[in-house]
Amino acid sequence: MHSIPSFRTYVIIWAILTIMTGVTYYVAQIELGPWNIVIALLIAFFKMSLVVLFFMNVKADSPLTKLFVGAGFFWMAILLALTLSDYFSRGWMPGGKFW
Amino acid sequence: MADTHVAPAEHSPHLRHHFDDMAQQFDSATLGMWVFLLTEIMFFGGMFGAYTVYRSMYPEAFASTSQFMNPKYGAFNTAVLIVSSLSMALAVRAARLGQQKMLQLMLIVTMIFGLAFLGVKGFEYHEHWVDMKVPLIGGHWDYSEAPQFARPAQILFCFYFFMTGFHALHMLVGVGLMTTIFMMARKGTFNEHYFTPVEISGLYWHFVDIVWIFLFPLLYLIGRTKALI
Repeated sequence: MHSIPSFRTYVIIWAILTIMTGVTYYVAQIELGPWNIVIALLIAFFKMSLVVLFFMNVKADSPLTKLFVGAGFFWMAILLALTLSDYFSRGWMPGGKFW
Repeated sequence: MADTHVAPAEHSPHLRHHFDDMAQQFDSATLGMWVFLLTEIMFFGGMFGAYTVYRSMYPEAFASTSQFMNPKYGAFNTAVLIVSSLSMALAVRAARLGQQKMLQLMLIVTMIFGLAFLGVKGFEYHEHWVDMKVPLIGGHWDYSEAPQFARPAQILFCFYFFMTGFHALHMLVGVGLMTTIFMMARKGTFNEHYFTPVEISGLYWHFVDIVWIFLFPLLYLIGRTKALI
């Protein structure tokens, strides 16, 4: 059906995921102001992409499945973007800023 | 999807009559599982969305209250889940290669690490219980210097228990799935031509891992640099 990823590929992906967990842990101990959350989320997105593409093997899935997966994350982006634009544009946030 | 090398599998007893061949059946099952996972993204997405709104409302209080969670447990559990995802991926690989012993071994490793995660989580819940950090039932945060933080602290811990609680529930379901798949594997259900249930359960397991990949930094690692008020 699809090509089967090698044992080595899986172990390398596991190693990167574990290293990135350590990185996200240590970067969180450094004061970077608003960049703390940005870096934490970037690392989380990177880790998610590796899991989706390699462990879930979406890389080798049919174009239709890829479209559905993309639609799921696009929906999540709509949820967050529209919710936050509503809350912030109405002035409902006492802080009035992100984080 | 008419790959020539799957031709011998067309007479597989596992091929349902409404599919052309095993490849089409596999692609349909994968797509169907992803549709289910999209509903799971919506389920967890609602909680992540609400969390984002409240964290934007009370950034300082959330950052300060996060220090009542132990990021060492969180990091350890992240590593445990990533190992379980690796063993799950290797289980799927073994099933596709027809390696029966390897498949069963990897399913057991996945279950052990999944249960280890739940064990650590239960230990953490117990600590929160002892420390009186469970909202609504006696939980309190002694913010005498910043009394305005006391209520947002309850809100953050509500998110913590709902999000990690639903995640743990998904882990329990995952361990149940693995038990079923293991029993099927022992009976020799799976081979090079039929491994769809292993693959589908694997997708579920990895999805639950992804949820935790986001929960860990968003709950445990906020405000590690801010002094506890």
